[in-house]
Amino acid sequence: MKVALFITCYNDTLFPEAGRAVVAVLERLGHTVEFPAGQTCCGQMHYNTGYQAEALPLLPRFVAQFRHAEAVVVPSSSCVTMMREHYPGMAQRLEKEHPGIVDEVASLLPRVWEFSEFLTKKLGLKDVGAYYPHRVTYHASCHGLRGLALGDGPETLLANVRGIDLVKLDKVEQCCGFGGTFAVKNAEVSSAMLAEKTTAVLNTRAECVTACDNSCLMHIGGALHRQRTGVQTVHIAEILAGDEA
Amino acid sequence: MSGGTALNPKTAPPFPIAATAMVGNTQLRKNVRHATDVIQAKRARVVGEMPDWQALRDAGSAVREHTIRNLPFYLEQFERNCTAAGGHVHWARDAAEARAIVVRLAQEAIARGRTAPSIAGRPAGEPQGTHPGAGEAADGVALQGEVIKIKSMTTEEIQLNRALESVGIHPYETDLAELIIQLGQDQPSHIVVPALHKNRQQIREIFLREMKLEHLGESPQDLADAARRFLREKFLRVETAISGANFLIAETGGVCVVESEGNGRMCLTLPKTLITLAGIDKVVPRFQDLEVLLQTLPRSATGERMNPYNSVWTGVGKGYAAGDGPEHFHVVLIDNGRTEVLADAEARQTLHCIRCGACQNACPVYRETGGHAYGSVYAGPIGAILTPQLLGMHYAQSLPYASSLCGACYEVCPVKINIPEVLVHLRGRVVEENTGGLKTITNPEAMAMKAAGAIFRSEGRFRAAQRLGRMGETPLERRDGQGQKWVSWLPGMLGGWTNVRDLRAMPQQTFREWWEERERKGAPAGEAG
Ligand code: SF4
Repeated sequence: MKVALFITCYNDTLFPEAGRAVVAVLERLGHTVEFPAGQTCCGQMHYNTGYQAEALPLLPRFVAQFRHAEAVVVPSSSCVTMMREHYPGMAQRLEKEHPGIVDEVASLLPRVWEFSEFLTKKLGLKDVGAYYPHRVTYHASCHGLRGLALGDGPETLLANVRGIDLVKLDKVEQCCGFGGTFAVKNAEVSSAMLAEKTTAVLNTRAECVTACDNSCLMHIGGALHRQRTGVQTVHIAEILAGDEA
Repeated sequence: MSGGTALNPKTAPPFPIAATAMVGNTQLRKNVRHATDVIQAKRARVVGEMPDWQALRDAGSAVREHTIRNLPFYLEQFERNCTAAGGHVHWARDAAEARAIVVRLAQEAIARGRTAPSIAGRPAGEPQGTHPGAGEAADGVALQGEVIKIKSMTTEEIQLNRALESVGIHPYETDLAELIIQLGQDQPSHIVVPALHKNRQQIREIFLREMKLEHLGESPQDLADAARRFLREKFLRVETAISGANFLIAETGGVCVVESEGNGRMCLTLPKTLITLAGIDKVVPRFQDLEVLLQTLPRSATGERMNPYNSVWTGVGKGYAAGDGPEHFHVVLIDNGRTEVLADAEARQTLHCIRCGACQNACPVYRETGGHAYGSVYAGPIGAILTPQLLGMHYAQSLPYASSLCGACYEVCPVKINIPEVLVHLRGRVVEENTGGLKTITNPEAMAMKAAGAIFRSEGRFRAAQRLGRMGETPLERRDGQGQKWVSWLPGMLGGWTNVRDLRAMPQQTFREWWEERERKGAPAGEAG
């Protein structure tokens, strides 16, 4: 299949290795990958902070980049949640200026997949043939868990990685406290939530934490680093890209 | 309320400031976390027993949506039927009106009690004025008196207890948790479990002090016994009660109150006068609608399959029920901002709320701060959307931001209120209020957001910003023991991040730069197509 990547603004800028890993996994599975160069951002930060008018112009840009894609893969459940929840409503507001955008969004959205969701739900895979000999714990990000209802999809993929020692995280469904601008606007509460999460991570004695969202991982990893725990964070694509090399 | 500063969103500090103080209170956080853990586990167990839970949520949501859409119709129907059953319905536009009405009704009731042979052995006051017994004694001095109360967040919303006390009427809270709050001169921190932030030792101390006891054990049984002894005397003596309502039934004019302790039943049946205060959103169309709501409410609220006490009463005792229940029954319907909520199509679902508190227990923000940080009697996710709307968005602007939008509240809400969606909508309204022209220029957040928005609208600007960010960040980067580069200090607003977290330094190559390099070198993606 020809897969178009929407790599997201923060992965592009801060976590390019997650994007590279997505490419590696998809190509190993025999798919052709493309990266429409004009892409920037889904608009989530603006939308969720209340700057909805600022997010609006990003929708026609997204549609223009991906309207012909067979499948759009996004290594971020929060960005996909943003699209599924808010793009239809945003399209309504844009219809006057961009006639036809409501229909275009309706036809495009079913082709947009979060990365792990693409593997499990679209391709029906449980094992992507990865090797990763480490003790790992999985953090279910809120948007993956509730926004996209990923269920145990990501964990199934991880469980089938050779060499992995997958350990369950206590209160896996609880928010890590990132929440975009929440982490800055309510820094104290956010860090209290984060402390609960890092304690749970440390209790697993895992070498690394993984998730479908680098945003949560940036948050959790930032605290794990500040506390000098030595526990690493890796995007799920990086584990699934693992090879016996 | 006997002392204590009332929770008033108009004067409360912004959430981030109030929350910081709460986060520092380790005892409070421990109590709140423990209590919410226990309730959440119970809730999960009894919800798990219901194979049709999602269908029940849908049904509850449908009932509430239908009611709120047709609110005027059902309110009028309720008024007609309640009146026909011997009740009196009063309408209050805002808190001040509601307080005045309830105070007047309480004064009249007390005056009536004085003219009748007094069971408390007190001198009877002569009623005067246009209302029979309009609350003033013959010498013109306001009547002293007492009322008993069943837990009601609506009375907290309008700060009724203070109003009563200011005219010399002492309200006794009879719900155990509310009693603890009242005696401790505290404020409720949860809509279902108002004293959730207190632990048993703290409660024991309050009881010892306020009930003037010499000995008191510290088992839950001991504490409950002490409260029971304290309250029993009030139930038997005080002839006027004030309640809230869980539901108003339009079809019959009935009022429904659910509770766990039996204190409500005492207040509803023993006193001669019952005054019920209810938000106009509390109405449901039919008696039958309780079938759904009385299944979902107790399970969501306290993790019980059913409330121990479910009371529905309609008007005053007549026919075979004569002499049973109150002789005088009043319902005060209060708007206090609710019709404004109704007018906002995207936030209207806020009014579907049945005040079960499940969203509070599930909320990770509430778990860390407790309720007082919200500066309102409605705390947690429901408070974060309800309070600013009831106040017309002007106050409590920080509340829609008191959420990480994790969605746990929506997941547990028995009537499926999409709280995150409403929060985001309200954030939009806050931004609207705070931006535009000069307001934008003097607002650093708005300026930053506008700038970022402009960057994302162009690929070229986005690339330039990536390069600039990398350059700007370089002086702040430090290598750690593993040789990785990290940032541990950021200026301005972003400092909130680096207080407790590091930030990994920006990599030398963005994804798009890597991709372009790969294409140039003719990697697999280049050949395909
Ligand atoms: S919003 Fe929903 S979960 Fe929260 S108190 Fe209201 S009914 Fe309960």
